[in-house]
Amino acid sequence: MIRETHVNALTLALLVAIPLWAVIADEPFTITLMTRAAVFAIAAVGLNIALGLGGLVSLGHAVFFGLGGYAMGILAHHAQTYTALSEWPVLIEGTKSMPVIWLTAIAVSSLAALVIGILSLRTAGVYFIMITLAFGQMFFFFAISWSEYGGEDGLSIYVRNGFPGLNTLDPIQFYGLCLALLCLVLVFAWRLAKSPFGLALNAARQAPVRVETVGLDPTRLRLVAFVLSGAIAGLAGALFADLNRFVSPVMFSWQTSGEIMVFVILGGVGRLFGPVVGALVFVALEHWLGGLSDFWHIYLGLLLLLIVLFGRGGLIGMVCGREAVHD
Amino acid sequence: MSLILLIEQVLNGLQFGIMLFLMAAGLTLIFGVMGLINLAHGSLYMIGAFCAAAVAGATGSFLLGLIAALAGAAIAGALVEIVVIRRLYRKDHLDQVLATFALILIFSEGTRWIFGSFPLFLNVPDYLSGPVTLPGGIQYPLYRLALIVVGLVVGLGLYLLISKTRLGVQIRAGENDREMIAALGIDIARLYTIVFALGAALAGFAGALVGAIQSVQVGMGEPVLILAFVVIVIGGIGSIKGALIGALLVGLTDTLGGIYLPEAMKLFLDPATATAIGSSLASMAIYVLMAAVLILRPAGLFGARA
Repeated sequence: MIRETHVNALTLALLVAIPLWAVIADEPFTITLMTRAAVFAIAAVGLNIALGLGGLVSLGHAVFFGLGGYAMGILAHHAQTYTALSEWPVLIEGTKSMPVIWLTAIAVSSLAALVIGILSLRTAGVYFIMITLAFGQMFFFFAISWSEYGGEDGLSIYVRNGFPGLNTLDPIQFYGLCLALLCLVLVFAWRLAKSPFGLALNAARQAPVRVETVGLDPTRLRLVAFVLSGAIAGLAGALFADLNRFVSPVMFSWQTSGEIMVFVILGGVGRLFGPVVGALVFVALEHWLGGLSDFWHIYLGLLLLLIVLFGRGGLIGMVCGREAVHD
Repeated sequence: MSLILLIEQVLNGLQFGIMLFLMAAGLTLIFGVMGLINLAHGSLYMIGAFCAAAVAGATGSFLLGLIAALAGAAIAGALVEIVVIRRLYRKDHLDQVLATFALILIFSEGTRWIFGSFPLFLNVPDYLSGPVTLPGGIQYPLYRLALIVVGLVVGLGLYLLISKTRLGVQIRAGENDREMIAALGIDIARLYTIVFALGAALAGFAGALVGAIQSVQVGMGEPVLILAFVVIVIGGIGSIKGALIGALLVGLTDTLGGIYLPEAMKLFLDPATATAIGSSLASMAIYVLMAAVLILRPAGLFGARA
């Protein structure tokens, strides 16, 4: 058995080496694919906090992903059309600055996660899965009927937003930015899992009654985890919108929620690098299988089935065994 | 005029609700008996619609199409249960969600492979087309009225099946205590396959019936699936009575909301804004209803377990 830390190190090395090779070999499309994988990985690391650590099977993380996307879309749309977002009671203007957009995306999606979390955490089990799914649909239909921001057609942003000191139009520089954020989010998730909060959350997943007995409130722990998880997914949504320079209601669709969950489970639930491995493998499969056959979703479906039925612990679990689940 | 419109819309809502009930009954039965959350239920709805469209297209008989839908969906359901679903009962909900999500991918792309991306059409048969005049002089499409009647008959049949027959006794016993009925010598694996095939047949039947008023295409099952989830969450998972009441509530809320929310908004907003806000509120109305029910009763209206 290979140690999980070695797999993690290898994954990080690939995240650096493949794009560097692509720069030398002049393969900008590979860089775009890697950026896609890195952004998906951020969203999945976010979901993993709720799913792996908190045991909250949320089938509605597309809400936060989409809100992040629309935060970017709306701010940049107003900036490119030189119109104000609101004139009263305070003048709010659009912006093309990534840091501002990211903070907005995080703020909006955490607020949504707080409200949705308070409502959804009254339920558990299957009810929780379905109520999060229903919230996703609520936002999806709202986005479709919101004609001011493109409705069903979505919003196109003509020029990628800027980051001080970088040329974000250069694929490798934008990738570097996404990779840096991914590392930041990974460090955060790692520190969180080791922190007293993370330990309590882990305990609340495994033995909620005992956690309650020692005077902690499992629902509050889960709510905090859900909000953190949503905030990270929102950040990923803003980056995803910037990668495509386009937002549409598809970001809110339940297939998006399903895909984010697939990244986590493909790689390995509750493992630090599980979401990263899952996103990388997914994007690679999407690219290779998509090139082989128009019907590549069949093979993806079969692969997923095999992993669920026979490979407990996702890809990392298959390679490393079950050693690190409780560390 | 407005009373006639109201009655028409109530009938539309009933028809929509009854079709949702056919989907939701299967879902709730499968969850109640096997504890399985089945995202692929929408695929069985799609399979039913495609079987009906293909057979009705080849033979020209709508009735044969319906039979093909029932049989095709039941066979597909039984096969899926034996090959895949059976291995999921002992796993947690997360694995069930993922495996059935994978099944959706396989079924949708498989159907696209066989039938192509273009929608098929299933025509309403002559003897059911055209309007019918109801008491009070209301003109209403005969086919939609037939859907309400057929749905109610199927619902009644399901009620009799569950409450009066030996199979029904086994199903109810399976909901309460599966180890015990296995110990009493009931072949539990066979019972599960039958329940799954029954749920699948109901979904396929609904798909075929609705296929005649909408187009039959890949991906038609998922929107209905999500609505059926909303229905069983409102009604309480595992309760057939809850599924019926939830389905009617969702059907009526969606249909009446689409008409009357924009009108209601016009009372305080200018017409253009009112239509825009009203219609977006209407598309969210059932999810708001669901959230409200869950906040007041976290296990749904008739749910026993949370």
